[in-house]
Amino acid sequence: MLAFIAGGFVLLSAVRVISGADEITSSGTLAVTLTATMPIALAGLGGLWAERAGVVNIGLEGMMIMGTLGAGYVTYHHGVLAGVLGAIAFGMIGGALHALATVIFGVDHIVSGVAINIIAAGIAGFLAEAWFTDLPGGGPTQSPSLADPGKINLSFLSEPASNLEDKHWFLVSDLASVVEMFTKNLSVLTLLGLALIVGSFFLLWRTRFGLRLRSCGEAPEAAESVGINVYRYKFTAVMISGGLAGLGGAYLALVSTSGFQVGQTQGRGYIGLAAMIFGNWRPTGMFMGSGLFGYTQALPFRDGTHSVHALLLVVAGLLVAVAVIQWLKGSRRNAIISVVLGAVFLTWYLTTDIVPADFTKMAPYVTTMLVLAFAAQRLRMPAADGRIYRKGSSG
Amino acid sequence: MNVLRRVLLGLAAPVLALIVAGLFTTLLLLLTGDDVGGFWDTMLSWPKNRNLVNILNSASVLYLSGVAAAIGFRMNLFNIGVEGQYKVAMFAAAVFAGQAWLPGKLNVIAAVLVAMIAGAIWAGIAGILRTTRGVSEVISTIMLNAIAGPLVGYFLAKWGQSTGNSTQTKPIPEESWVGGITIFSDSVTKLYGLSLLAVVVGVLFWLVLNRTRFGFDLRATGSSESAAIASGVNTKRMIVISMLLSGAVAGLVGLPVLFGNSHNYGASFQAGLGFAGIAVALLGRNNPVGIAFGALIFAFLTEQGNLLNIMAGISPDIVAVTQGVIVIAVVIAYEVVRRARTRIEQAAVADALAAEKGAAA
Repeated sequence: MLAFIAGGFVLLSAVRVISGADEITSSGTLAVTLTATMPIALAGLGGLWAERAGVVNIGLEGMMIMGTLGAGYVTYHHGVLAGVLGAIAFGMIGGALHALATVIFGVDHIVSGVAINIIAAGIAGFLAEAWFTDLPGGGPTQSPSLADPGKINLSFLSEPASNLEDKHWFLVSDLASVVEMFTKNLSVLTLLGLALIVGSFFLLWRTRFGLRLRSCGEAPEAAESVGINVYRYKFTAVMISGGLAGLGGAYLALVSTSGFQVGQTQGRGYIGLAAMIFGNWRPTGMFMGSGLFGYTQALPFRDGTHSVHALLLVVAGLLVAVAVIQWLKGSRRNAIISVVLGAVFLTWYLTTDIVPADFTKMAPYVTTMLVLAFAAQRLRMPAADGRIYRKGSSG
Repeated sequence: MNVLRRVLLGLAAPVLALIVAGLFTTLLLLLTGDDVGGFWDTMLSWPKNRNLVNILNSASVLYLSGVAAAIGFRMNLFNIGVEGQYKVAMFAAAVFAGQAWLPGKLNVIAAVLVAMIAGAIWAGIAGILRTTRGVSEVISTIMLNAIAGPLVGYFLAKWGQSTGNSTQTKPIPEESWVGGITIFSDSVTKLYGLSLLAVVVGVLFWLVLNRTRFGFDLRATGSSESAAIASGVNTKRMIVISMLLSGAVAGLVGLPVLFGNSHNYGASFQAGLGFAGIAVALLGRNNPVGIAFGALIFAFLTEQGNLLNIMAGISPDIVAVTQGVIVIAVVIAYEVVRRARTRIEQAAVADALAAEKGAAA
């Protein structure tokens, strides 16, 4: 995994030097990437919690919407800290509804999730008009601008890194950008989100609680037979899932922008779900998937047409690397297909100067589809994921 | 179980759901201090004739979207992508019809076919990915929804005409418009001609589902996949075919408006019908008649909701809450009723067995 990230980074750096598109690894781009990644990753983490306990949560989008609303309302009246907690609580209300429907009443998980998305969008639109219309700076579809949760600056690290970045050296300057991303204007919520991702890994894979929770997603009947209260674990997991999605909503309303807006989630809950599947139901993979979405969302804003154009070269390079790996593994057919595709992207790079903005918007989704198409056999979801479990059904 | 009890149990779920949704909405209005009385007065007032026509228009569109979703749902295939499918299809039909390669109504028929094919292709991608690569159709259709927007945007910018600050496709020639049907002589609004597609699709859906081998296989696969495989159903083929059919019906969703009102694809495009269709299908239990009721209820609520702002000073978004709660309440209620029914049946069987034993002893 680490080798994969390192390899990709070297490739990006090489392409930057060759193409002269400095923005593709600039600290500015990386900072925007991180901001775009975190809400997706938090939603994805929410999805991970629910699905590890065997409940598919397509209602993440709705829970995220609830989070943006909660952040908007509570932050305005009671400050940032309460606002973040309020967003989590609002998300949890959505989670509780999903848990009630799927765990207690045994309703199909997708059905309940779709309904929750509809309800949440309606509630946000309705309450926004009721709550924000008469506030100064507010309106029927947006809250007044809200306080920022705070930023961390380690200037003794970020300033030297910034100088180094401006030299545009191969690899060194790119690494400096990464240092700068984590030391300059790092939002407290980003830090919290990263801590939650790491913490979730330990909780789910290194503690008894986590093992039990995951056993509910793999074999609920077996879990029941050894005395685990499956309902309680599933309920807890879905509540946490809603809380995390709500926090993702708070990130959107407080960090990505400075206020609540109707419709500001723009399908990020769904994308988080995709990122989690992309990452094989594992936190690290999920975060990488979110990063990919975040990066392709950020790049168009940073000298977009040229940066994205340079990415074509990255894709060509990746495909050649895949071809080499496939060849060594002995599957010549796949290797040849990869080389041909690589050549297509190289030709595209060489014969054009820019990539239309619409293609950039599509890129992350097309990538996800391709990755799923080529890796779906290697992905392994929890064995009882999405299945309706009834207590005592094992006989 | 006697007939009366069965009818009562069948009606219990939807009625219960409507009551729960009403209570929840009322509670929310009380919480924000809105005019609850005004809300109910507005919602329960009998619509004016022109509003009735609007309700029929949007119900027919919702019905098409609902049937598209239901075709997949009947075999546990979650086509979340109706949204993207009708977008792609409506755009394709608008571009095709705008070229006016065929005269008059022939152009309309060809455009309907183009829309169905475009929708089927867009849905088919998910079907093929599912059967050949094992990719969950839920995720792939969500991705395809997200891709549809920029894809259509790109070609709209390329082939469309700009007027002022909006871009739209070349307008459909007037000879290929499908005129409205007058229902009330005093109403300015008319029923879209292509709304009748909903009736055709509904009848066909019922016939295929209940009177053909394919429909039987579809329902069998949905009820128990392993049993269906054991009885020789080719489930992979079923998945691809139902995705294609689902997408083809989804392709029709945008057409009544395209040929009856907007005459081009552009800023007037109405988003969100795909997700509403899913809700309507769930409300109607994926049944051709049930979906029609679901579509009418949704259309009624939306149309009445549009009056809320003027009549009671309430945001029409409250109606979306009501609709969502109806959906979740109805599926929960169906589940509760199903369990109650199973318990009653089990008790009846146990009684019968006990009586038999008693007689034998």
